[in-house]
Amino acid sequence: MAFRQKHLLGIEPLHPDEITAVLDVAERYVDLNRQSEKHADALRGLTQINMFFENSTRTQSSFELAGKRLGADVMNMSMQASSIKKGETLIDTALTLNAMHPDLLVVRHPHSGAVDLLSQKVNCAVLNAGDGKHEHPTQALLDALTIRRAKGRLHRLNIAICGDVTHSRVARSNLILLGKMENRVRLVGPPTLVPQQFREFGCEIYDDMAEGLKDVDVVMMLRLQKERMDGGFIPSEREYFYRYGLDAEKLAHAKPDAIVMHPGPMNRGVEIDGTIADDINRSVIQEQVEMGVAVRMAAMDLLARNLRASREADKGVMV
Amino acid sequence: MTIFTNARLIDPEAMTDEIGWLRVEGPMIAERGTGKPPMGESIDCGGLCLAPGIVDLGVKVSEPGERHKESFASAGRAAAAGGVTTMITRPDTMNAIDSPEVLEFVQRRAASDAVVKVKHMSALTKGREGREMVEIGFMRDAGAVAFTDCDHVVADTKVLQRALTYAKSTGALVIGHPQEPGLSNGAAATSGKFAALRGLPAVSPMAERMGLDRDLALIEMTNVSYHFDQITTARALPALERAKQNGFDVTAGVSIHHLTLNELDVGNYRTFFKVKPPLRSEDDRLAMVEAVASGLIDVISSMHTPQDEESKRLPFEEAASGAVALETLLPAAMRLYHAGQLTLPELFRAMALNPAKRLGLASGRLVEGAPADLVLFDPDAPFVMDRFTLKSKSKNTPFDGAKMQGKVKGTWVDGMRVFEG
Repeated sequence: MAFRQKHLLGIEPLHPDEITAVLDVAERYVDLNRQSEKHADALRGLTQINMFFENSTRTQSSFELAGKRLGADVMNMSMQASSIKKGETLIDTALTLNAMHPDLLVVRHPHSGAVDLLSQKVNCAVLNAGDGKHEHPTQALLDALTIRRAKGRLHRLNIAICGDVTHSRVARSNLILLGKMENRVRLVGPPTLVPQQFREFGCEIYDDMAEGLKDVDVVMMLRLQKERMDGGFIPSEREYFYRYGLDAEKLAHAKPDAIVMHPGPMNRGVEIDGTIADDINRSVIQEQVEMGVAVRMAAMDLLARNLRASREADKGVMV
Repeated sequence: MTIFTNARLIDPEAMTDEIGWLRVEGPMIAERGTGKPPMGESIDCGGLCLAPGIVDLGVKVSEPGERHKESFASAGRAAAAGGVTTMITRPDTMNAIDSPEVLEFVQRRAASDAVVKVKHMSALTKGREGREMVEIGFMRDAGAVAFTDCDHVVADTKVLQRALTYAKSTGALVIGHPQEPGLSNGAAATSGKFAALRGLPAVSPMAERMGLDRDLALIEMTNVSYHFDQITTARALPALERAKQNGFDVTAGVSIHHLTLNELDVGNYRTFFKVKPPLRSEDDRLAMVEAVASGLIDVISSMHTPQDEESKRLPFEEAASGAVALETLLPAAMRLYHAGQLTLPELFRAMALNPAKRLGLASGRLVEGAPADLVLFDPDAPFVMDRFTLKSKSKNTPFDGAKMQGKVKGTWVDGMRVFEG
């Protein structure tokens, strides 16, 4: 089955075959990105606008690079400094941008559902680069690609997502994706940071790292999102590191060939011990960043194909 | 004199639903019977339902302050079209209705503009800030029918205790919003798998019971007459039932939205479904329907809350809460009737008789000597709701596009026809 989406707003609307389609295209871009001549022309002539209502360095530069390598005109808008401060609503901002005829809009916003709302008001492809505590689909796709390359498959794996699940859109997108691809997902963390309702989606939930990591193939650590917390969820960072930080002792409960992942940026000594993060035999954290560019190229390539096809179909039709 | 003939008379007091006739003399119901109607000027109801007009406890008319959202004139038209003959308005306006002067202003506006009866509630504390009680005695003398800070919970228990003690001495009815404000701070949804998946800030349904438990303890201390504006969770019901059994003067209401919608209706962040408290689980909804049937929950109200497009066209967390419902209250209630969950007399007991009784009003009944506040409606007539046909200035209804049944054919206030459908 081909990739049929008009937007990439989340993992939830995707069919498993569509996920595979994105990953397969991304594999080709991994190879391209490793050559010295890195240009392709999938987005030639198209305009990509990155709208980030929240600070981001990694995701924004990854999207920017992905667009440039595919030949798009890329514009970055830092929305914090702009009209939002002057009281403009999200929808008005969207309509203003829409009038400039962008083809791809990459949006990050601090509120869940905001990117979805915006996508209803524009006539270009919208990519969700993270909305509040809802979804961050390209992160889940790049994690999936990393796992598939490291483990040789993306099904029937035991995967532990550890740490601050409550505030994490990365965790939500990942657990939906990994569930769709038929893996067993565990959530591990202090009960104040792991929504117990996820049990109803078939996740196993642990509040003890040793039990939670037992015999897993993949350990996915999450950043403690202090900026999203409104009060005390944990007593202190040192107690958090002692009980939930990933160190060699806790990792020893996982399978001997288990890989360690982290969406970045890392808080060393809070959720992950520096030596684990740097261990090239276990950590795939650098590879995740590499896959990020490839997956974003793939997602934009596929959305642009659909966009061009739908514009072609509309030609000559009175609207 | 008018005689309504061939009407299906819905009497929430006698709990009957039978074909008969009703004679109206001036502003009063003069006579009622079955069989052959007396001679005179008559309206043939064609077997449609004739019920006491709805007494809607908790309507927000956005005067003073936000007349662009709703005025007494537009709310009155909406009420008449929805079969609501008495609106009990909320004081959560800008500014709050917290002094006899402001109360006099809204009374004057209502009397000149609204086609239905309007009674006003007063804030319980000045500015609804939870610090100093309003002039409860003066406000009562000026005509305030109840005292409430609406969704602003009085967090300081000592302030609330004093206000309730004082209110008791004046015989005032206090209306509270059962909610633990610390726990529900910032919430936009009910915690559960839906909110977890959507990544929305959520509040445990337990926050309602905690608020209820605190208020019940204060009721026990002060013996005040107290009404809970909205009970929406199953876990709050046992405590309410115990308080009623123990003889405290306590009643409770629920909004029509919490009886007919659940949290999943929010779907893809649809802000017209954002209400306060947030929509609950289906189990909670069913428990509320059952509690209305058993009489544990006394009142169904619209919780009519007009919001303009701008306050709803925002990301879900930032969007304003509330829904307009004066015109959709009756057809939404018909869903419960057609589902076989509530009978028409049970529905009108909760929508007309009980709220009127609670506020000491004579309406809400279909007997000789009661005011001729009446609604004639076809409970089966189907239609698709189009929000732009609403008479409210604001169009924020969650039922836009919904298939509904139940059309108002006529509304009478004190024997005068105010709406013809």
